[in-house]
Amino acid sequence: MRRRDFFRATLPVVIPSLINGVSLKALADSPFLRTVARGAGGDRVLVLIQLSGGNDGLNTVIPLEYYSAYHSARANIALPEDKVLRLQGFDGTGLHPAMPELQQLFNAGKLTIVQGVSYPQPNFSHFRATDIWLTGADASQILPTGWAGRYLDQQYPHFPQDYPNTVMPDPLAIQVGSLVSPALQGPALPMGMAISNPNSFYDLIDDKVETTADTRAGDQLAYIRQMAVKTDQYAGVIKKAAQKVTKQSDKYPAAGKNPLADQLKIVARLVAGGLKTRIYLVSMGGFDTHARQTDGTDTTTGAHARLLARLSEAINAFQDDLTYLQVGNRVMGMTFSEFGRRIQSNASGGTDHGVAAPVFVFGEGVQPGIIGVNPVIPDHLTVNDNLTMQTDFRAIYSSLLEKWFAADPAETAAVLLKNYPTIPLVGEKV
Amino acid sequence: MTLIIPMANPASVTSGIRRYKGDWTPVQAAHLLRRTMFGAPREDVDHFLKKSPKKAVRELLQNDHPLPAPPVNNYNDDKYTDAEIAPGADWTVSLKYDGMNNGRRKNSFKSWWFGLMVGQDRSIREKMVLFWHNHFVTETNTVDNALFCYRYNVLLRQHALGNFKTLVRAMTAEPAMLRYLNGYVSTKAHPDENYGRELQELFTVGKGPGSHYTESDVKAAARVLTGYTINYKTFTTSYDPNRHDEGDKQFSAFYDNHIIHGMKGKEAEGEVDQLIDMIFSRDEVSKFFCRKLYRFFVYHTIDEPTEQNVIEPLAKMLRKKDYEVVPVLEALLTSQHFFDAANYGGMIKPPVDFTVGLCREFNVPFPAASEYVDQYGFLEQVRNQAAGLQQNIGDPPNVAGWQAYYQTPEYDKLWISSDTLPKRNQFSDRMVNNGFARNGKKIGIDVVAFAASLPNPEDPDKLIAGSVQALYAVALSPEELQFIKSSILLSGLVGMSSDHYWTNAWVAYQAKPDDKANRNTVTNKLKNLYRHLLDLPEYQLL
Repeated sequence: MRRRDFFRATLPVVIPSLINGVSLKALADSPFLRTVARGAGGDRVLVLIQLSGGNDGLNTVIPLEYYSAYHSARANIALPEDKVLRLQGFDGTGLHPAMPELQQLFNAGKLTIVQGVSYPQPNFSHFRATDIWLTGADASQILPTGWAGRYLDQQYPHFPQDYPNTVMPDPLAIQVGSLVSPALQGPALPMGMAISNPNSFYDLIDDKVETTADTRAGDQLAYIRQMAVKTDQYAGVIKKAAQKVTKQSDKYPAAGKNPLADQLKIVARLVAGGLKTRIYLVSMGGFDTHARQTDGTDTTTGAHARLLARLSEAINAFQDDLTYLQVGNRVMGMTFSEFGRRIQSNASGGTDHGVAAPVFVFGEGVQPGIIGVNPVIPDHLTVNDNLTMQTDFRAIYSSLLEKWFAADPAETAAVLLKNYPTIPLVGEKV
Repeated sequence: MTLIIPMANPASVTSGIRRYKGDWTPVQAAHLLRRTMFGAPREDVDHFLKKSPKKAVRELLQNDHPLPAPPVNNYNDDKYTDAEIAPGADWTVSLKYDGMNNGRRKNSFKSWWFGLMVGQDRSIREKMVLFWHNHFVTETNTVDNALFCYRYNVLLRQHALGNFKTLVRAMTAEPAMLRYLNGYVSTKAHPDENYGRELQELFTVGKGPGSHYTESDVKAAARVLTGYTINYKTFTTSYDPNRHDEGDKQFSAFYDNHIIHGMKGKEAEGEVDQLIDMIFSRDEVSKFFCRKLYRFFVYHTIDEPTEQNVIEPLAKMLRKKDYEVVPVLEALLTSQHFFDAANYGGMIKPPVDFTVGLCREFNVPFPAASEYVDQYGFLEQVRNQAAGLQQNIGDPPNVAGWQAYYQTPEYDKLWISSDTLPKRNQFSDRMVNNGFARNGKKIGIDVVAFAASLPNPEDPDKLIAGSVQALYAVALSPEELQFIKSSILLSGLVGMSSDHYWTNAWVAYQAKPDDKANRNTVTNKLKNLYRHLLDLPEYQLL
């Protein structure tokens, strides 16, 4: 990937004003400062990992409890029972064989699985379902703002006019690897910035501008790109944070091998480097596995296995790095995908768009275990049957906001536009 | 902030002015239009693609477009009503000026002019008006009379595709210029050297290596030029022989020690003709002028091959054609050098090109002439954006024009600063998001209409490629195109097999535009797409 000016946030660059005194005063009554005063949540970070395309939950977290029903629903892609990775204390549930690292994290109490996550009247369109997840909307509701954007807008009022300031000198949120997500859309502007390509991040740290052609246009482009970096109000703080971290975990694969790991490596570096940024978004695509999601001869291999292997490898390296960098207690992550896939596989060795699917929540602060039960596979299965919802995805958001970010219930309800029950995702010890 | 100017040394372009005979695709046609008009709307590109490059250039250079209707009274407000000029009526017939109407009319004039660019015909004329304005600079702030400003602008347009020497002569006696460079107060007792100097330094022989006029030439020219005054009843120039220096004027060796003999009475104005003849007898005038044309239309730096292969032959042609500009423009704009691929995207868009070009490329609908108040109002809003980006038409920073056209070594890089780059992005973001509003009306970019105007918008690759080609003078890499497709149009989906998700959404929108969720999906993705494309540095290239 050679995107160039990744560094220019899609956030319209705003010349910083009111750096000191005045903006501090404006912030004095903000819920965020109250949070800081409460001593919890203020330095905590949430990392959202988006799996674009609709991840096949049934082949990610396997209901060993109902193995024969599982197998008969999708014989051509079903994972062999003996290859499924076992989870301590949960004999009826296992993980895809490509995810040994996540198995270890689960067994070490750093990974929680939430079963059957969806919402009422689920939508089967990628675009619409993605918007629903990112905005936190009901199926019938179109929201102009993202759920994380609303949270940040609530906690950091008057963004971007009064930012950066001494209380929040850093970006509120950072998207790594693509453009700013709709999840971060605030009432008027995106509440975050994008480092849309890892290369641009390293170019920034090394004071490099991506080379351009040795032409008249290339010369002009190089100049404008250089100016774009200089203009970015947050380039300086990001560079400074990154430079504080000179060594990271050796569990990351080589650059370029696992794009998600590349993205998370940057996140770990920025967190450990001291950025006060609250929310990071990273993503990987390829989960829209309509055909040949496994290799014909060995269902533990193939496209889906490669995706899950990367996910597992990336989360594990990230988690190891956070521990190494001594910030593991500050970071919690979650995976999500716009929907799960159909219970029955199709004739082309893939799965079509479905409904409920598991969500992984990871970090030192999780309440370990599995929330919910193994998905029930109906008798007399038809091709249109789907797994039913057990947990509304917004209950996860709600739990993270209240238990991880220490928002009070009224604030959470204001962000999510409704009250959702909290579920035990966050451990009592943190 | 200290700027480090990249010391890149972009490859020299050695082709000359022999006629271009290469490809004639949207790439070349759009290059021609971006440089000679403001922006390259697809309809215009398609129009000229049906012709040969030579015929396309000839059409752009046709000098038979009627002059536009004058500006109208759009300026009555709660503090002022023009008792003489009815709302919507031509105010340039008025000879009554006061503290209330002058500023309003100047504003009206500027918006009117900006509107001529936004609504330009398929002609180079408005680009040439801007070229001449930057060449024969006046500032409305100094001229300080709306009628003078308007008439000066009309003069530029009348001569836009005329004769350089004729225009120099006319400009010398133009009230706006007499005001601007003090010719109207220059007398034999106190000759003012301002115009005498700039006439040579900035308007004709320049300061190039072949120009060796002296301070005494400035003084002598100033004496020749004495005698002009302005009649403030008619707002016209008059010649007053009593103010004229009747002595002989001796010029330097650069002008072959020419002497302009002093004349008397009304005839004395003939000395000005002699002065201009003498100046134009220097070959340097044609070279200086062709260099200026080159910097405006092709590239900022003139290296040795360009001087030899482009400037010198054009200058020779200009002399041979007795300073008619059309033959020279035709030679330049049909040349191998102009169409050399190395020149595509080699300029940074001046703010007027950026703002007007954006409006034209996206067919931003301004109100009709009958809704003159809102029409001028919206034009003023966009014009103010260009001004904020440091190109305020009618008011260049000084008599030398905008620095980007002459200041070494930065030249047009000066348009891009830590102040103006974010402002450019904010302007294009705003045009995509909500546009500008007034009186319940709105102007902005209709992203769906633009996408629909491209070939195969249902195909995400073709939609992006078509948009890039329509908007950029340079290509994007395949990786970049892929990134844009996946992260914007496909919500993070990757792989060829995902393309149909965009296709389905687009087709469904065309079939059922009332489906709110899908409309939201399509318009948001297109808004993201165009915000991104207009924010990328590539969109700043001309």
